[in-house]
Amino acid sequence: MKQLAAFGRFWWDFVIGDDWVAAAGVLAGLVVTALVAAWWVLPPAVALVLAFTLVRATRQA
Amino acid sequence: MSAALLVLSAFLASAVEMVEALTIVLAAGLTRGWRSSLSGVAAATVALAVVVAALGPALTVVPLDDLRLVVGALLLVFGLQWLRKAILRASGFKALHDEDAIFARELREAETAPREERAGLDWYGFTLSFKGVFLEGLEVAFIVLTFGSTQGSIPLAALGAAGAIVLVAGAGAAARAPLARVPENTMKFAVGIMLTTFGVFWSAEGAGAHWPGGDAAILGVLAGVILWSVLLVVLLRRRHGELVVA
Repeated sequence: MKQLAAFGRFWWDFVIGDDWVAAAGVLAGLVVTALVAAWWVLPPAVALVLAFTLVRATRQA
Repeated sequence: MSAALLVLSAFLASAVEMVEALTIVLAAGLTRGWRSSLSGVAAATVALAVVVAALGPALTVVPLDDLRLVVGALLLVFGLQWLRKAILRASGFKALHDEDAIFARELREAETAPREERAGLDWYGFTLSFKGVFLEGLEVAFIVLTFGSTQGSIPLAALGAAGAIVLVAGAGAAARAPLARVPENTMKFAVGIMLTTFGVFWSAEGAGAHWPGGDAAILGVLAGVILWSVLLVVLLRRRHGELVVA
């Protein structure tokens, strides 16, 4: 059980990283992109996500 | 243009990760013996080769649009992680990666760890090197495979990665010291920018969007990511300065 948890934690750290908000934001941006099939959704969404996750990190620092 | 960016991205990502792996391998080799340390490197290389051999062909049979969506999303998440750390370091909110300090810490820990022999090898030295190379190499393998398969050229991406590995290993063997002068944060910044750029482009395409100008739109996305990242560094530096003064 411990090894399974460690395995899961490794993949979480590997894919999601320090801030899950970035991954969630990317997912949300892609869902909207798929719904409206427009290229202009993702770039501003990613820009906002990056700024937001940085603000969160600086508040924790 | 895309091919050049592909090779450059794979090269930079591999170089950064291999500099970190080299620090660990050197610490293990100098304190626990080169035989155990280099055996760990060889075992990790074989393990990585197995991962690549298993995943590489599997990726080539996935339809391109699905591949671009999943791989693009993954690259985008990876890219944002790299970019976030690089921006925090560049703006002073996070300490710069110090290979000399990490090397000293690894040396201290390796010197004091108890000796246990398994299969004629010092187990601590073997596992330390194995973990260092495998974990740092896994991300490189992921980037090479995903980048290469989406761009339709895994060998080209592998070439970039191999070039970096040869260069870092050669420099490490010659210096017998961690490569502390490598501008790691600048390289991480560049990799973050490229992963984010390709991630945005491919994942949006995979999700059904069509970019104006086709592949040439990558350059527009690249310019946007660079400008936004630099702006964020400038703003955060100012904020960090205000916090330090206060």
